[in-house]
Amino acid sequence: MAATPGLRYPSNKKTIYDRNLNRSKNAELSRAAFAYLFVEMISYAQKRVKGIADLERRLNQQGYPLGLRLLDLLLTRASPPSLRPTRILPLLQFIAQTLWRHLFSRPADALEKSESDPAQYMLYDNDPLPNTYISLPKEMSQLNCAAFVAGVIEGVCDGAGFPTTGVSAHSVGEQEGGGGVEGRMWPGKTVFLICFRGEVLEREEVLGRGGSG
Amino acid sequence: MVYRVVFALFIISKAGGLIYNREFHAGLSKLEANDYLIVAGTFHGIHAITKQLCPAAAAPTPPAITTPSLAPSPFPSRPSGLEVLETQNFRMQCFQTQTGVKFLLFTEPHQPNVDTMMRRIYELYADYVMKNPFYTVEMPIRCEKFDRGLDGFVKVRS
Repeated sequence: MAATPGLRYPSNKKTIYDRNLNRSKNAELSRAAFAYLFVEMISYAQKRVKGIADLERRLNQQGYPLGLRLLDLLLTRASPPSLRPTRILPLLQFIAQTLWRHLFSRPADALEKSESDPAQYMLYDNDPLPNTYISLPKEMSQLNCAAFVAGVIEGVCDGAGFPTTGVSAHSVGEQEGGGGVEGRMWPGKTVFLICFRGEVLEREEVLGRGGSG
Repeated sequence: MVYRVVFALFIISKAGGLIYNREFHAGLSKLEANDYLIVAGTFHGIHAITKQLCPAAAAPTPPAITTPSLAPSPFPSRPSGLEVLETQNFRMQCFQTQTGVKFLLFTEPHQPNVDTMMRRIYELYADYVMKNPFYTVEMPIRCEKFDRGLDGFVKVRS
């Protein structure tokens, strides 16, 4: 009775929780609307930051809760409804395929395992959506605003029980092979570095042994 | 084609400052940096005065009568200032956005489709300048992607 109409309690008493989860499955959002919202998110994150690393950390934090929620939503929507990924590779596939398709309507461009560090995986995107309209000023050339997407990935990994020591976004378009063909074709190419914790690797090993033996 | 040339683009902020100045093809004589600012400021003033010169509307129609579907633009009777300035060797077209930013395009006198080109430049501006979190309004435009977009569009076309 006392509830005032608003975002949380609409006048027809249908809150977002009453709606079917599949309702917005194929809905498309305006890219411009996202771009303007992202502009504000960055300005908000930019307040009181000490440096570029700090700003990226804040963008990462903004994406994190999104990842936690998206994991559950996408798993519920999958047909047949699937369980949480329990191994590293299916989890990464889930991120590169399902999550990417949901967010950007296309799969990620490449997925690689680091040769030097068994805990590290690289996910490539040739042209990350959040960076579409962003030109970085010279003094901030180190920044990559896809740190927001890195936060989403971190949220998904954490939510699935794969704690990470951090997921970070780095631009590779410019320096790759001294600006080779790849670099020129995709100036905004970004790599997401996913670093799993030791316990994840230990479990993976145990599960791997269990599977073969 | 010899005469399909776009010389330069100026963008003037709503306060009359020159916030973008880009030359695409050599042809216009160079001015000193300060003179460009004067040109922009002077044009801004002339534009404002010519706007007041606009003949008064016959009778201010109440908004209830004007049907938006029939009107060609949302502000049919909005007075506009100076839009074209032509000399024997170049033509300057001005386009003012709703928010008062002015785009000045310097072309050859016979350059076709300046209007479409202007629209496209406005689109690029809306995308790569206004949606860029690191651009502060009214400040000089330094956006790499905007430059690149203009290159891809203006240089290829002319």
